Amino acid sequence: MPNKEINTILATDCGSTTTKAILIDKKNGEYRLTVRGEAPTTVEAPFEDVTRGVLNAIREVEELAGREILDGEKIIKPRMNEKRGVDIYISTSSAGGGLQMMVAGVVKTMTAESAARAALGAGAIVMETIASNDGRLTHEKIELIRRLRPDMILLSGGIDGGTVKHVVQLAEIIGAADPRPRFGTGYSLPVIYAGNKDAAEAVKENLINKTDLSIVDNLRPILERENLEPARHEIHDLFMEHVMAHAPGYKKLMNWTDTPIMPTPGAVGLLIKAIAEKQNIQVIGVDIGGATTDIFSVFKGIFNRTVSANLGMSYSVSNVLAEAGAENISRWIPFDVDRKNLRNRIKNKMIRPTTIPQTLKELQLEQAIAREALRLAFLQHKSMAVGLKGVQQERTISDAFSQEATGETLVDMMNLDLLVGSGGALSHAPRRNQAALMLIDGFLPEGVTRLAVDSIFMMPQLGVLSTIHEKAATEVFDKDCLIRLGTCIAPVGKGREKNLCLKVSIDNKTVEVNYNDMVLIPLGLGEKKEAVITPWKNFDIGAGKGKQLTVTLEGGIVGIIIDARGRPLELPKEDLKRIELLRKWNKALKIYPEPI
Amino acid sequence: MAHAYTPGLKVAARTVVRKERRLPLKGKVVANIGDMISANDIIATTSLPGEVVPLNLAGKLGIPPADVREYLLKKEGDEFEKDEILAQTKGMFGLFKTVIKTPIKGSLENVSEITGQLILRAPPKKVEIDAYIDGKVVDIIKDEGVVVETVATFVQGIFGIGGEAKGIIQKLVNKPADIITKDMIKSEHSGKILIGGSFIDSDSLKQAAKYGIKGIVVGGIDDEDLRNFLGYDIGVAITGSENIGVTLMITEGFGKMKMAQRTFDLLVSQEGKKASINGATQIRAGVLRPEIVIPRPGELAEAGKVESRGLEIGCPIRVIRDPDFGAIGKVKELPPELQQIETEASVRVLAVELEDGKQVLLPRANVEMIEE
Repeated sequence: MPNKEINTILATDCGSTTTKAILIDKKNGEYRLTVRGEAPTTVEAPFEDVTRGVLNAIREVEELAGREILDGEKIIKPRMNEKRGVDIYISTSSAGGGLQMMVAGVVKTMTAESAARAALGAGAIVMETIASNDGRLTHEKIELIRRLRPDMILLSGGIDGGTVKHVVQLAEIIGAADPRPRFGTGYSLPVIYAGNKDAAEAVKENLINKTDLSIVDNLRPILERENLEPARHEIHDLFMEHVMAHAPGYKKLMNWTDTPIMPTPGAVGLLIKAIAEKQNIQVIGVDIGGATTDIFSVFKGIFNRTVSANLGMSYSVSNVLAEAGAENISRWIPFDVDRKNLRNRIKNKMIRPTTIPQTLKELQLEQAIAREALRLAFLQHKSMAVGLKGVQQERTISDAFSQEATGETLVDMMNLDLLVGSGGALSHAPRRNQAALMLIDGFLPEGVTRLAVDSIFMMPQLGVLSTIHEKAATEVFDKDCLIRLGTCIAPVGKGREKNLCLKVSIDNKTVEVNYNDMVLIPLGLGEKKEAVITPWKNFDIGAGKGKQLTVTLEGGIVGIIIDARGRPLELPKEDLKRIELLRKWNKALKIYPEPI
Repeated sequence: MAHAYTPGLKVAARTVVRKERRLPLKGKVVANIGDMISANDIIATTSLPGEVVPLNLAGKLGIPPADVREYLLKKEGDEFEKDEILAQTKGMFGLFKTVIKTPIKGSLENVSEITGQLILRAPPKKVEIDAYIDGKVVDIIKDEGVVVETVATFVQGIFGIGGEAKGIIQKLVNKPADIITKDMIKSEHSGKILIGGSFIDSDSLKQAAKYGIKGIVVGGIDDEDLRNFLGYDIGVAITGSENIGVTLMITEGFGKMKMAQRTFDLLVSQEGKKASINGATQIRAGVLRPEIVIPRPGELAEAGKVESRGLEIGCPIRVIRDPDFGAIGKVKELPPELQQIETEASVRVLAVELEDGKQVLLPRANVEMIEE
């Protein structure tokens, strides 16, 4: 597609909860965002067709831009004039939502357990485990597969050289169930085989025509050794490439777009990678969605991407509660909330995922959940972002059930230069200060770290645009998308309240900050200042314990945040004290409209 | 967001309900197109070959494998009950016989004179599938099942647990705001589907399971009670395979939630009728909601509704988020411009007059339309 012809670009991102549309126009030789529209994603009855949400979001763009884009349900292409049509239409999708899997293995407490661990490690929910010895009759197993409609099945079983018969029987059961994915839109159910290598051929014979079969190394090649990484990575890749983007009506949408629909995390990952390469820095990016939370990192030039398939703010919100626990969510809420009420509110968001917080307390509650979703997704990212893939873990029978990460994570918070947030909870937080604090609380950056957010949640669309029109994507990204929030200064170490933690000197003015305090120093967008940071002897800001550091601080919409709460961060267990501290920090950083 | 939409929960007095009923394995369909069938009628059946049990007879009797037939009292193909005499030695002077009894009910499938091993097979296991709802067979899925159709009162809930069940509708409370208490659930309710009002707790649910209540339809439940009843936390909303003895359908949400008057009136009007209920819920793309089907044979379906045109002034709506969660009202105004709400977010809003006369300004995303 020759770039010179492109003046107007329409791009959508179909999230699990919201469909976002942006319109980009070339004006005075420069590409800029013109308007943005959004509408609920329509994967539920009565529509059950993702294109409905797309049309609704485009209609909003039409209204706001005063431009005719749709002719009935057809996108007018190419652009006729300033008031009619667009040159290209592109889209990303994560409308399919989270990942729910079934796992199967020969022995319930051995291979089936390993399979379940591989699935959990890849961020999936294990809906059910089937094993040759689980006491269920064949037809019961088949019924289960049909009723649960898993997104993917992981079949394991047998150590290498071990039983073939039982593994093949499991494959026969899966074949007989004729598993259909949630949406029958012409793609086969992904099945991963990670069992006895001697059975691979027979499994292939049974499943190759009925499913989208992939074969990886045995996840339990010998009884005492678990090798979960190949299965875990395959699950992760298949989910991102094949399951996540699909939703009812996906095929129809495919016919509308000028380039293949890209899975949302694929598109966002491209942008994060580009930032790291261009500026030669260490970056972490996050996209917190309704069903999934995707994290991207570039450390030492190595790009890693994880999709936590069941951590999110709407469809998966109740799973954040289940995984984090009510206690961990409550610790971020700056008021007293009883458990029963908290649980009901979260469940109500789960069953009505498109609603938004209307009161300040509801907003604070959602932002508390967001912190935990970020924290948990980041934990998963750290465990998967390791240098060497496929490091095998020796397991004895006795420790076969404990789950430990393999390899050492590449993520190094002290060397992190930039933390970028995207997704509804961060991009649409009513105050940018809220987004900054959610990022800090969720990721706990160490030392000196710049913070940024996606202005209106358009990184996915720009990611896909960068594959066909880099100039447009870069210009819009720099000018309209990336909002620089400022810089966070967070010393590592523990101290005592009211004792000095660090001094920051800027322009001959010195700010002294006590341990467990937070301070906001205004420094506007585009401003840069040389600063001398002197941590107290127990604290490290990047140069070593008690060592001074001279850095250039970058300002932003929020400014310079000094987080002297120490690392690792520990909040008081006692409710009154905790609430008092949260309110103090919120007030210092101007997080909410009133001091509460 | 300009477009608010309802999750599309159906509450219909008379609509056409069609259910596909399939066997897990291929088998024989025993119903024919046009048959009028009842919910419990078996529509297709198949049998699974019985389990194979090997028995090393030569070893057990201490005889050469080639001689096993001499000691056998059953022939290949013979059927037997458990603990019948399968083989015995002659003993000495008719005494000290070694007797081998059949370890299972089944048949003798194979005798090997090379290994001395017998293969016994348990009887085939019958697998059947019923119609789930009363209705007419309108299609046959060859070797697998049928499609059953009926005109019925059809109500979908927002969330449920437990699988398919059938029972007679019985009203348990008088008003949709009433709550179900443990003492209301009695043994005479066994086999019934109970219609409640705004709330049920875990003790009442346990009582219902104990007395063999088939189903409960109620406005709300506390998540904590749900967890107490199930014994675990529901992470992602995928339910239906719980083995809990009673099927539960929630119509409004979590907490104390008055059942929508229309839903309550409709269900109560069907008291004494036979119904089918399924709590299976999957809240994700390709959503499944729980349902109750009350067939109305011989009645005509209401004319299909014209697809909703979106929110308009005068539309009846329900609020689906705090602080007015559950309140019913009418749209008074639809201001086109974004407005700032308490959270400081600028969103599309609508002005609503609630049933109690209160005027409120709400985000459009926080209401659902009620179809009339």
